[in-house]
Amino acid sequence: MMQSKSTEITVGMFVAAGIAALFVLAMKVSNLGDLTEEKGYQVTAEFGNVGGLKVRSAVTMAGVRVGRVADISLDPKTFDAKVTLNMYPQFNNIPIDTSASIYTAGLLGEQYIGLVAGAEDESLKNGDVITLTQPALVLEQVIGQFLYSKAEGSD
Amino acid sequence: MINYIRSLGRWGLGSFERLGRAHIFLVAMLAGVPGLFLRFSLVIQQLFSIGVLSVMLILISGLFVGMVLGLQGYNTLVDFGAEESLGVMVSLSLVRELGPVVSALLFAGRAGSALTAEIGLMKSTEQLSGMEMMAVDPIKRIIAPRFLAGIISMPLLAAIFSAVGVLGGFLVGHGLLGVDDGAFWSQMQAKTDLFEDIFNGVIKSVVFGLVVTWIALFEGYDAMPTSEGVGRATTRTVVHSAFAILGLDFVLTALMFGD
Repeated sequence: MMQSKSTEITVGMFVAAGIAALFVLAMKVSNLGDLTEEKGYQVTAEFGNVGGLKVRSAVTMAGVRVGRVADISLDPKTFDAKVTLNMYPQFNNIPIDTSASIYTAGLLGEQYIGLVAGAEDESLKNGDVITLTQPALVLEQVIGQFLYSKAEGSD
Repeated sequence: MINYIRSLGRWGLGSFERLGRAHIFLVAMLAGVPGLFLRFSLVIQQLFSIGVLSVMLILISGLFVGMVLGLQGYNTLVDFGAEESLGVMVSLSLVRELGPVVSALLFAGRAGSALTAEIGLMKSTEQLSGMEMMAVDPIKRIIAPRFLAGIISMPLLAAIFSAVGVLGGFLVGHGLLGVDDGAFWSQMQAKTDLFEDIFNGVIKSVVFGLVVTWIALFEGYDAMPTSEGVGRATTRTVVHSAFAILGLDFVLTALMFGD
């Protein structure tokens, strides 16, 4: 009896340790906190080029994360990239003339959307469109332009 | 000449027959699993000998694998000035690959070989046929509890392995090499996805647990009832498990991450 009792206790501890390890992995290692953000509102923005932007990339304002990219698709008429942003519900007073740009974190890092607040009193609501946008900086284009201007300047 | 062809044919037929027996065995095991919930103490006994006794091995190996990942990753990343990404590297390699795979390989060596030897010895000392004589189904009474315990233990062991490995990577990265701890954790949390990475790792380890326990139990049950046969079966368990784990890992990785 004593034997089976201690067996049960150690098995219980083993199962608890395994579940605790999974829990630690979920809470400490992964981005579990970001999964409960479904309720916010969605706005769209059209960009000439999204570069390496991905679904679930961050949307930040002044460096603070205010949402995530929910979807990226191609507009069939303008052939611009249509990016749907899922904004967190607590940031519900962002002005309607806010501008959006695509930046890169570091030289080779992930791309994200940076918002710069406008001045209007009216704020963005579900389904609104951000019209002031600036496309992603594509490194090859920048280098190309730089070389081109260098070549012109040397004449 | 004709004898060679004949022996080749016999070998082929024998392998297919074995494969068929293994699948009949799997079905019989699965059929025995539901009845276990009435006598769960059998499973707990096996969870102890399969799972609990493997914890120490998993803890120590996980810690060292994580520490090595920390060191190696740092040396590579520091060349690019990206040593802050060490956390991502350690966590992704552990939860996606090394956690499930290495713990399954260790599990096959530690628990799988023991299972085969145990069942094989039971067979060679005719304990299994003795049970049949007493109208006790050895598959339900002996095999199924071990099978279920293996499937339950494996994901738990893999999770412990990954968690300890991340800790080991952190100890080396932060304590020894001086990577900023805030960057270590925040980059890790930003890039590791709960479903994409951790759940897929758990699915992998469940599959590995099923396959390793299946191979181990079948090899034991199908072993020649001699001491030499049991020894061979034990070797085969470890070898086939390793093949199965690594092969399946490729297939699962291609399915999960190979978009």
